[in-house]
Amino acid sequence: MDYVIEMNNIRKEFPGIVANDNITLQVKQGEIHALLGENGAGKSTLMNVLFGLYQPERGEIKVRGEQVEINDPNKANDLGIGMVHQHFMLVQNFTVTENIILGSEPTRRGAVNLKKAEKDVQEISDRYGLRVDPKAKIEDISVGMQQRVEILKTLYRGAEILIFDEPTASLTPQEIKELINIMHNLINEGKSIILITHKLKEILQVCDRCTVIRRGQGIGTVDVEGATESSLAEMMVGREVNFSVEKTPASPKDVVLDVQDLVVEDARKYDIVDHLNLQVRAGEIVGLAGVDGNGQTELIEALTGLRPVKSGKISISGSETSKYKPRKVTEAGVGHIPQDRHKHGLVLDFTIGENILLQTYYQKPFSNKGILNYNKMYEKAKELIEEYDVRTPHEKTPARSLSGGNQQKAIIAREIDRSPDLLIAAQPTRGLDVGAIEFIHSKLVEERDKGRAVLLVSLELDEVLNVSDKIAVIYEGKIVEVVEADQTDEQELGLLMAGGQKEAGEATT
Amino acid sequence: MMDAVRTKWMGLLIPIISILLAFLAGAVIMVLSGNNPITGYAALVSGIFGTPYDFGETLQRMTPLIFSGLAVAFAFRAGLLNIGVEGQLIVGWFTAVIAGIVVDLPTLIHIPFAIAAGALAGALWGAVPGFLKARFEVHEVIVTIMMNYIAMHVTNSLIRTYFLESGQRTAIVNESASLESTFLSELTNFSRLHWGFFIAAAACVVMWFILWKMKRGFELRSVGYNKNASMYAGMSVKGNIVLSMTISGAFAGAGGAMVGLGTYGYANILPAFTNIGFDGIAVALLGASTSIGIFLAAFLFGGLQQGANMMQATAGVSPELVEIVIALIIFFVASGYVIRWAIDRIASRKGEK
Ligand SMILES: Nc1ncnc2c1ncn2[C@@H]1O[C@H](COP(=O)(O)OP(=O)(O)OP(=O)(O)O)[C@@H](O)[C@H]1O
Ligand SMILES: [Mg+2]
Repeated sequence: MDYVIEMNNIRKEFPGIVANDNITLQVKQGEIHALLGENGAGKSTLMNVLFGLYQPERGEIKVRGEQVEINDPNKANDLGIGMVHQHFMLVQNFTVTENIILGSEPTRRGAVNLKKAEKDVQEISDRYGLRVDPKAKIEDISVGMQQRVEILKTLYRGAEILIFDEPTASLTPQEIKELINIMHNLINEGKSIILITHKLKEILQVCDRCTVIRRGQGIGTVDVEGATESSLAEMMVGREVNFSVEKTPASPKDVVLDVQDLVVEDARKYDIVDHLNLQVRAGEIVGLAGVDGNGQTELIEALTGLRPVKSGKISISGSETSKYKPRKVTEAGVGHIPQDRHKHGLVLDFTIGENILLQTYYQKPFSNKGILNYNKMYEKAKELIEEYDVRTPHEKTPARSLSGGNQQKAIIAREIDRSPDLLIAAQPTRGLDVGAIEFIHSKLVEERDKGRAVLLVSLELDEVLNVSDKIAVIYEGKIVEVVEADQTDEQELGLLMAGGQKEAGEATT
Repeated sequence: MMDAVRTKWMGLLIPIISILLAFLAGAVIMVLSGNNPITGYAALVSGIFGTPYDFGETLQRMTPLIFSGLAVAFAFRAGLLNIGVEGQLIVGWFTAVIAGIVVDLPTLIHIPFAIAAGALAGALWGAVPGFLKARFEVHEVIVTIMMNYIAMHVTNSLIRTYFLESGQRTAIVNESASLESTFLSELTNFSRLHWGFFIAAAACVVMWFILWKMKRGFELRSVGYNKNASMYAGMSVKGNIVLSMTISGAFAGAGGAMVGLGTYGYANILPAFTNIGFDGIAVALLGASTSIGIFLAAFLFGGLQQGANMMQATAGVSPELVEIVIALIIFFVASGYVIRWAIDRIASRKGEK
């Protein structure tokens, strides 16, 4: 038997939409198999079918050649299938071990045997190089570490086939490297992996084969050897994709955002933004590059009124906004694409239409004397859904049931459509497919050309280098250097981000 | 398409199945305790619909339940658990009655005035825990529970010291402030049905309007679902917490006014809680925090309470059984997840065949 997993002709419908229509996926023992497709193509749905969370309307599933019916995740576990979801499912104030054994606690005479569990967890962690502390509390560990806990959880339950749904979307570049190592370790130990990712480089780097789906249809499976980024992209989108951002040189005008000597505290009262100075002008895109945790998050929150300013000054288009509440900041002409879409960006239980109006519902013509005009609201939402190609069956569909990438597109539509004087875009393309990324990048450039100021915060150097005109490097809460985007490269940025100095020779050029 | 229909009806199906299961369990209990469930339930039904009087009393009983249900639901929509509806209702009752006694106004002004006084008292009683939650992050459940006791003892002592008229109660409210209706009463064989029933029905529309038509309602629901995103969108999270508790309290207080101005016409020293406020939690839960749902759930609970009398009188079933049925309904609704899962199971099994 060649394949560990065979999903043949799977069909899965949701209200108003066919998420999977006749998809076939065959995974060989010991391979890393990529699942590629646009936002909303049906990748997560297909994997949820395999993991027993959804029942398919049609099609058969074979595990190691034997036809099976997977009605719930426990059954999937029994068959050796484990899944690491994009949004983790961990209990925050439990320890790593407690989370891992939750639901399958080893007991001795009826009592949970935590000691043994901790030992087992440590052992698995060592074997695959996960470097997880079994006794740490979830709330105290990084996102990357939490993800490794999720991986451990599947391994602890004896998973032989691991499903990763966009594991790298929320990781830092360093964490991504570690994850790739871990995946190699898993393969060496005889496991098989299905990997969903929008980053074509990752597919080329780690995967053996790649199955492409488009709008719920299976397009085909190819060997990764011999494939290129553009061949994969074309297969997935159905047209050629332009990877480099097309733009003319910037013509910066007046200063829109002026940050002087800004100090902001983090939750532990530490000055995480430490006397920071930064300017963004109308008509330019400034990229903020830095290793995660150097104050980017707190800086954005301070700029948008979500976090108090300890000292220093923020001005937007000439008026001081340091003490403004979020609504006043917005009205001062700021748009904000937040980095955590589920925390700040969306009310998941609202409809997607309501979410698109989340910043403007109180203004005319949507609201009049305290009464909302839902017709007008949904009209507007419909317009933006079309313009930004948000794939949803209806504008009244709950935001929760949109695919991750389409949720993101709705947020971007909401923030860019107002054409704010200053657009703060934090990880704007996280979880988007290459086609959507191309579109969003061109939108950012379009805003710039309209004379808006854009601050782009991204952990991905590619993106920062491609889209920005200028790059400000943040390190330990300060801007340590501002460089022209076309006069620098990944290497130099990497050095600066690690706190290194710009070489004297280059500085003069 | 199957799916679309299924999700749409699921919201309705779960409460109905819960009710049926609860009645089924009630029947089993009746059999075990040596009663005939058929005669038992027949008595219950005739206790609700049998005579105009019974039906009038059912509507009378459901009137304050609608208000307490709305109060719980309104806070719940904003993400808050208002366990203090009981206390807010008590202060509303008391204040409305006092406003009905001490002033003399033309009817058309006096009734709204007395109801408004009750609603205002309830609103204040609800605003306090709302404020403490917003300002100091004190959990609303603890504060509201404490304020229930304060409400009962303070009103009791005020009645005892200042307003005691005969026995354990205040004077009867002035004619001009009374919600009593000879017309409705005669229509229903001299039940205590009063105009308050229509006010309660109107209150359902008011809650629906605030939550689903008004800008404020949009904000309240948003805060209830996701505080961070609401803050990001420029809404005042603290302001909305206080506001939702205030409006919730106003609903409760108005419910108290219905009892004071309509059912009894006076306020009395309470030996224990009325339980109307606590029943509101069950009403809101069964009604899925929607206006229509609350109206129907209040009818069910009001009817069960009314029909319980007849069950005892004609079928010899103890009224405690009705309370067990009510408790079971709540239990089954609360475990709606399990029912949903079971429906899904059955439906998908059918789909395959
Ligand atoms: N629980 C659900 N209820 C209703 N519709 C859903 C549900 N889950 C997914 N969908 C719909 O099914 C389609 C496929 O969604 P899915 O999440 O599988 O996409 P995806 O390929 O994972 O996309 P992304 O790359 O954006 O994560 C989308 O149109 C989505 O709106
Ligand atoms: Mg997905």
